[in-house]
Amino acid sequence: MVAVLTRIFGVHNLALAEDVVQDAFCRALEVWKFSGWPENPSAWLMAAARNRAVDALRRERTARTFAPELGRALDSEWTLVPTVDQQFAPHAIQDDSLRMMFSCCHPRLKEEAQVALILNILCGFSVSEVAGAFVAGRAAIEKRIQRAKQVLASSRRLFDVTDAAEFSGRLPAVQRALYLLFNEGYHGASAEAPVRAELCGEAMRLTALLREHPGGGTPATFALSALMWLHAARLPSRMDAGGGLTSWLDQDRSRWNGALVAEAERLLERSASGTELTEYHVEAAIAWIHTTARRAEDTDWKSVVTLYDRLMKLRPSPVVALNRAIAISQLDGPERGLEELRAIADRDRLASYPFYPAAQGELELRCGRSEEAREHFRAARALARNPSERRFFEQRVAACDAEPRARESRMRRPA
Amino acid sequence: MSEFVFLYRGAERPASPQEMQQNMQKWMSWFQDLSSGGHIKDRGQPLDTTGKVVGRKKIVTDGPFAEAKDLVGGFTIVEAKDLSEAAELSKGCPIFERNGFVEVRPVMKM
Repeated sequence: MVAVLTRIFGVHNLALAEDVVQDAFCRALEVWKFSGWPENPSAWLMAAARNRAVDALRRERTARTFAPELGRALDSEWTLVPTVDQQFAPHAIQDDSLRMMFSCCHPRLKEEAQVALILNILCGFSVSEVAGAFVAGRAAIEKRIQRAKQVLASSRRLFDVTDAAEFSGRLPAVQRALYLLFNEGYHGASAEAPVRAELCGEAMRLTALLREHPGGGTPATFALSALMWLHAARLPSRMDAGGGLTSWLDQDRSRWNGALVAEAERLLERSASGTELTEYHVEAAIAWIHTTARRAEDTDWKSVVTLYDRLMKLRPSPVVALNRAIAISQLDGPERGLEELRAIADRDRLASYPFYPAAQGELELRCGRSEEAREHFRAARALARNPSERRFFEQRVAACDAEPRARESRMRRPA
Repeated sequence: MSEFVFLYRGAERPASPQEMQQNMQKWMSWFQDLSSGGHIKDRGQPLDTTGKVVGRKKIVTDGPFAEAKDLVGGFTIVEAKDLSEAAELSKGCPIFERNGFVEVRPVMKM
C-alpha cells in the first residue's frame, strides 16, 4: 500500500503515504472491533487507504505538490478519483511494488540499509520487527531506516522501471538484496529464532514478482529463485519439534516439500539459458545436488567440491571457503578437511562465526580426537547467537564426552 | 493559441453508481485525449447542483436546481488556435450522451 500511495503522492511525500496507511489500519481496528472481521480484510484496507488518500489529496492540494508524472490530474475533481483508482488496479499495484523495490536499492544506500528498507516499506515490518530480523539494536535500526528514507525521499522521483538501461543497471543490487533477505530468514542470527520462515516467504514473493517482469526475468533471477525454492523445501525439517536445530545430515528428508522442489526444477531449467554463469547459478546447483540425494550418504560430493571451487572464483569469501572445506572433508576425509579449514584466507573474518569452530570440532571428532573436538565445540557454543544454536553445540560437546567412555568400554572387553 | 472556457450544461445526472463510474471513465478518457493534444489549460471542476442564487437586488435564494434546464454542471479551460477549433474539440465530450451540451466561450483579453 505504501508503494502505491508513494506513486500517487510522489516519493518526496513518502511520510504522508505511510501516515495514510497507518490511518487505514487504525480505522480498521476501530471499525472491526464492532462490526467484526470483514470478508476480505485486505480489500477493506485497500479501500480505506484509497479513501483516505483522496481526502489527503484534497486537503493538501494547495500546500503540496504530488507525483510529477500524474501532473495536474489530481487538482481537478473531474479526474482525481479515477486517477487514484487507476493506481489501485491489480497490475498497477504489482508495478508499484516492483518500482518501490528498485527504489529501495538506491546506490547511495549500503546493502543492510536497502534490505531494512524493503522489509519496512514493502513487507510492512515495523522497526522493532526489522531489528528482530537482524542482530542489531532497535535504536540502530531506527536510525538506519530513517536515514535510508531520507535518501529515498530526496531522490527526485521513484525509480523508472520502464527505462531499460537503468533497470538492468540496478537489477544486480535488487537480486542481492533479495538474496540477503532470504538468507536472513534461513540462517538468521536473530536472538529469538534461527529460522524466520516469514522472511523467506517475503523474499520468495518479491523474487517471483521480479521474475514476472519482462526485464527482471533474467537467467540469474531464475537461478536465484531456484536457490530460494530449494532451501525453502528443506525448511520444515531444519528445526525439530523442540525448536532445536538439526544437522542436515540427520534431517528427515521425507519432510522436505516436494512441490517446492518440483517448482525449483522448473526454475533451474529456465535459468539454464544465456551466457552468464552467476553465483546464484552455482549456489542453486549445489543446493540441487543436496536436495536430490536420496540420503546424505548418496550426495555427489565430487561435484559439490567442483562447484564450490567455481563459487570461490565468482564470489570468494571465508564462509564459502568454509563450506568448501566441509565438502572436501566429505570427499577426501577429515584430515584433508582440517587442512583446508586452516588454509582459509581471511580466517579472522570468521572470528565471530560459530560454524567455523564447529566445523573444526566435527572433523577432529571424526579423526578420533575428542579432546580437541570438545574445545572447538565449547568455542562454538560461546559464539552461539541464539538458544537453538547454543543447544545444538551443547549436544555436540556432550557427544565428545561420550566418546572416551565408548573407547574405554571397548578396551575393557576381553580380547 | 487562445483560451476558451467549456461550460457543460443540461446533462441528466447518472442514475446508478455503476453509471456514474462509467461516466467518470469517459470523462477521464476525453480529458486524456485533450491533454495529449496539449489543449488542457485547466481541467476545471464539476459543480454541485445545489447552490445559492444572489438576485439582482442581492436577495439570496436557493438554486439553481438540478431540474433546471441547461444547468451549468462544470467547466474546463482549454487552449486552441481559434473558436472553431475549440468548438470542434468539445465534440468529444461525453455530455452529449446524456442529453447535455457544451457552451464554448473565448476568454476575453482586456
